[in-house]
Amino acid sequence: MSELVSNDYLECLLKSLSIQSEGISSLGAPANNQSAWLKQLRKQAIDRAGQLRLPTIKDEAWRFTDISPLAKLPFKPAQALHTLKLSDIQSFFIEETNNRLVFIDGFFAPEFSGITDKEQLIIGNLPSLIESHASLVASHLAQHAQYHDNIFTALNTAFVHDGAVIIVPKNAVAAAPVHLLFIATQKETTNYPRCLIVGEANSQVTLIEDYVSLQNDAYVTNSVTECYLAPNAQVQHIRIQRENTDAYHLANCAVSLDHASRYQAVNVSFGAQISRHNLDVGFKAETGECAIDGLTIITDGQLADTHSCIDHIKPNCTSRQQHKCIADDAAHAVFNGNIIVRPGAQRTDSSQSSRNLLLSGTAQIDTKPQLEIFADDVKCAHGATVGQLDNEEIFYLKSRGLSELAARNLLTYAFGAEILNRIPLASLKHSLEQIVLNQTQSSR
Amino acid sequence: MINQNSQTILNVKNLHANTDGTEILKGINLTVKSGEIHAIMGLNGSGKSTFAKVLAGHPDYTVTQGNVQFEQQDLLAMNSEERAQAGIFLAFQYPIEIPGVANNQFLRLAYNTVQSKRGNEELDPLEFDDFVREKMKLLEMNPDFLDRSVNEGFSGGEKKRNEILQMALLEPKLGILDETDSGLDIDALKIVAKGVNHLSNKDNAMIMITHYQRLLDHIVPDYVHVMESGRIIKTGGKELALELEKHGYDWLHSHQQNNAGVSA
Ligand SMILES: Nc1ncnc2c1ncn2[C@@H]1O[C@H](COP(=O)(O)OP(=O)(O)OP(=O)(O)O)[C@@H](O)[C@H]1O
Ligand SMILES: [Mg+2]
Repeated sequence: MSELVSNDYLECLLKSLSIQSEGISSLGAPANNQSAWLKQLRKQAIDRAGQLRLPTIKDEAWRFTDISPLAKLPFKPAQALHTLKLSDIQSFFIEETNNRLVFIDGFFAPEFSGITDKEQLIIGNLPSLIESHASLVASHLAQHAQYHDNIFTALNTAFVHDGAVIIVPKNAVAAAPVHLLFIATQKETTNYPRCLIVGEANSQVTLIEDYVSLQNDAYVTNSVTECYLAPNAQVQHIRIQRENTDAYHLANCAVSLDHASRYQAVNVSFGAQISRHNLDVGFKAETGECAIDGLTIITDGQLADTHSCIDHIKPNCTSRQQHKCIADDAAHAVFNGNIIVRPGAQRTDSSQSSRNLLLSGTAQIDTKPQLEIFADDVKCAHGATVGQLDNEEIFYLKSRGLSELAARNLLTYAFGAEILNRIPLASLKHSLEQIVLNQTQSSR
Repeated sequence: MINQNSQTILNVKNLHANTDGTEILKGINLTVKSGEIHAIMGLNGSGKSTFAKVLAGHPDYTVTQGNVQFEQQDLLAMNSEERAQAGIFLAFQYPIEIPGVANNQFLRLAYNTVQSKRGNEELDPLEFDDFVREKMKLLEMNPDFLDRSVNEGFSGGEKKRNEILQMALLEPKLGILDETDSGLDIDALKIVAKGVNHLSNKDNAMIMITHYQRLLDHIVPDYVHVMESGRIIKTGGKELALELEKHGYDWLHSHQQNNAGVSA
């Protein structure tokens, strides 16, 4: 079916791209070396995108996730035009921080952005950081998220314009978290959010990457996030996908961990009609650590697919992963958790748990731990379960007066709460809990 | 305390119940009036917990015969949450753990649900916090238990106390305590007994399922029933428990003939 459709899709996107890229130098960036470098990168990505094709369910990695509906909708890139007022978006702000970069349809909105921790952070929109920190940006942008074999990363790279860049200098500890807020307002368009996070040696930061919608029609988000942690750096990365349930969300996140660095992530997906989140974490040096928690809560006809790959390239690294899916109604959740232990990556300590809750007879959850171990002195624990709410627990709650519905909601909420509790920001945690409660309530 | 004029709270007639096609309760008769404390004893597997769970509306059991009146209502026609709202409370023999549900959140939800069904005022989180802390004092419970998940990682005795705390909050008409004493150390037993005595009054009633006299030293029953194979085979006063402690259940069988079928 799709070969033809998908090629149409790509052709159409790439055509819109060539029109756009002619205007690259007229977009405001001076025609100096830096933009020449970016131009070169984009050109390579465009060429590569032209050689790739959209995945279909015949591709092993997309077996459960049929994106053919997306292929029929060659949404043109979103435009940098919005008429939003502060009051339209304020409800998305996180009370605990005023470090905020706002992007609307992928375009930087300086009027809504602000940074309080200017001392500790080098932060801003990609074009200006390319000017002020050219070599640093050039040595990381598109270096961690490979576009050569990933059509969506290739397209994002081809369309790269604005983006969130966060550099935490050596020994700096950001006092408040950084909120990266991506707001989609234009229907039937594609937006291309891009983030680059560089934690220099001994630095620490917490950031929230947050995808929201301000309209209810279909559109596409194709986002790419790259994160590099230098020796002993720490990042706490909270990612929230709460786009409208007609949206398509395609996300690639690549993390490179240097010596003794620590990456902690909480990934929460509620939104989108079809979403795909690829998370690749690579231990590029010894004694790194990562802890990755994920929660997917979907209902109706939503499909949410998480593919993670934790690559133990070097010895003595520790990874811990817990992913939970809750699927109600006719929703379909997918989790594929790949863990690679390369030859020589001795004393790897890795654990992965995938726990899943089916709330209806028509929901579907496919979970697949995928371990590839090529070293002998390693500790790898993994487990996957798919179950329903426990009848004894429901009875216990009902015997205390709770209705069947309240009991089921409370237990569903509790199942997800274990992950949400890892979010260190009370107000954010609270608003997500409300979404969970509403979602479980409205679905019955 | 026995008062012939008090109202009947529970009236169980010829109750039979099955699970998976096996009959477990085989004709239970029991009348409980307000103000009374009943003890149910009997060998392991005689059906005591099943009886308690059938009264609470556990879905695993099907009633095949008999009827149960609870304060002029047909108890068997009500689902488990309606029974709880109407004033039945079962303190479980094995309270389950519910990871992820904070105890205080659960207690407040249960309390407010039951209060609103009974036409009483609900409490907001702050008011409830004061209220529940008062009740915890009665049971000498550490307030830290409020922030933990329901029963998760609680010791056996802590779980039992948490059950009685729930009873204290929900103020039932009929409290059914299934082996609340097992797993309690001597001090905890006294504290829990004190709590139960504090909660029992002339308008409510308690059914205590137990294997041991030591609980009945602290909570003195008006009636003691002995269950065997899904029936109450003997009923007596508090001295019956002492006799049983002395002679064991075998002793009953030599006396059974003249006592079988008697109920309070
Ligand atoms: N859900 C069930 N499925 C199968 N058998 C059951 C079930 N519930 C109870 N039974 C059986 O019914 C009988 C009575 O069990 P019950 O738990 O009521 O005994 P009990 O008197 O409370 O015992 P104990 O003193 O050990 O607590 C036992 O033989 C038990 O195995
Ligand atoms: Mg029992």
